Amino acid sequence: MPSDRLSLWQLIARAGLPPGRFIEESGGRVAWRDFAAGSSLDVDAAALAGRCVLVWARGQLPAALAAVALDGLVRRIVFCPPDFPEAQLPAAIADAGVDFLLHDGSVAVPAGLPAGRCGTTLTPAPVRPAGTEDTEWVLFTSGTTGRPKMLIHTLPGLTGPLDDGMAVAAGAVWSTFYDIRRYGGLQILLRACLGGGSMVLSDAQESLAAFLARAGRSGVTHISGTPSHWRRALMSPAAGAMAPSYVRLSGEVADQAILNNLKLAYPGAAVAHAFASTEAGVAFDVRDGLAGFPASLLAPGGKIDMRVEDGSLRIRSSRVAVRYIGAQAPALADADGYVDTGDMVELRDGRYFFVGRREGIINVGGQKVHPEEVEAVVNAHPGVRMSRVRGRANPITGAIVAADVVLSPGYEVEAVAAEVLAACRERLPVYKVPALVNAVEALDLGAAGKLSRRA
Amino acid sequence: MILQDSQGTRMDVRAVIIEQIEKVAKQQQKTLLPLTDDLPLLESGLDSLCLAVIVAVLDDRLGLDPFSGESEAPFPKTVGAFISLYENAV
Repeated sequence: MPSDRLSLWQLIARAGLPPGRFIEESGGRVAWRDFAAGSSLDVDAAALAGRCVLVWARGQLPAALAAVALDGLVRRIVFCPPDFPEAQLPAAIADAGVDFLLHDGSVAVPAGLPAGRCGTTLTPAPVRPAGTEDTEWVLFTSGTTGRPKMLIHTLPGLTGPLDDGMAVAAGAVWSTFYDIRRYGGLQILLRACLGGGSMVLSDAQESLAAFLARAGRSGVTHISGTPSHWRRALMSPAAGAMAPSYVRLSGEVADQAILNNLKLAYPGAAVAHAFASTEAGVAFDVRDGLAGFPASLLAPGGKIDMRVEDGSLRIRSSRVAVRYIGAQAPALADADGYVDTGDMVELRDGRYFFVGRREGIINVGGQKVHPEEVEAVVNAHPGVRMSRVRGRANPITGAIVAADVVLSPGYEVEAVAAEVLAACRERLPVYKVPALVNAVEALDLGAAGKLSRRA
Repeated sequence: MILQDSQGTRMDVRAVIIEQIEKVAKQQQKTLLPLTDDLPLLESGLDSLCLAVIVAVLDDRLGLDPFSGESEAPFPKTVGAFISLYENAV
């Protein structure tokens, strides 16, 4: 569709192209100034104009550079996450109407599909044409269960949240534990692009310690991740290698323990937790250092509309995705335009607290338990670095609550378990108290950086 | 009935069960009647959540879950029957 909006590249250029402005992965960096006269693709603009292009790359930098080149030029960018199963590629191509594959050589090109390469080396290229297409961005949902769904976003919708006062002066160096093909990661890339900053990308092949050290060397000032990403980062001896001034959490419930621990680890940083999902976009962020969010955010008149219905948070805003695509695509929003986030909230003393996902409920003899609300209590113990609360099948009550914990160094499981259980008994109804506490070496994170809940 | 765990430690199944019942009752602030074999389970002071926790802990400690699998045995009605179920599962 023809458009008079600025393309992503035009927005980057408008924010300024000083020589020190870059986008980086572990293997090296590209100066945006050089990108102005170069191309990371082996096909020219004419071959891509108006197409529906699926971008497939293992690394983040080839994908990011490709997306900047494609926005405003193609009809649709299908931004494939790096863990996407190749076996599902034909279905995604059919559902999204893909008619061009831009890839890094790590995939077999389906017969008959026009294709080209995306990389990180720039070759001289003619001046980039001005954007004329209102390119659609297709992202994959990051759900912790089930097959990922495809969602259409627009660049104005994706950049809508960037007017929240966090637009940062040039010189900011952004980074994220997320992959930029996830909604949460793309938000950070767009902040770096539009705000005049640089971007440090993580790398799946790189150890956490190496990434944190690189973030420190590259001068990262603003960095985001899920609470699970952060719990892992704070376990790393390299956590102190960087000194960010802004730390952001999103994608999972941020409990008080992780907010406090981040404040301790990075005393110079503002710590904010945002509520966002691939479906609903960014709803808000919370900057007072406390878990949950003030009920006043639900008051009418804000940039987004929120309401709580059947216990779950519903969101309506211009940042919500346009729609799902694909066969048997469900409706994204209800008749009033609200997206049901599936995130369950509870009102306590004028503040809403996230208690968990609707589908994650453990049923203990008919009583509902959200793993996250128990984890919030377990994680408050200094001997616990990370925990996963799960249902365990039980012949008496159907299920009971069990907790797997990663211990802090120097703590013994017996003592920690006894104290954690005492805290749980004090703060939770008896059926929510874990029956068992097991010490584990590590807990898995899924591809989207969220705690893997499939035991 | 004596059971050896993976470290070779010998455990008296009855003693372990009684210990767990008392521990869980204390944790859940339930007042237990004296644990005799013919005491009905549901009048012992334990509620179903207590029993659920006891069964889970015994599964971990003894490696026994007599409620799982194909066993179609009726649910034990008394403390004695509950203990026998575990002793017979060894």
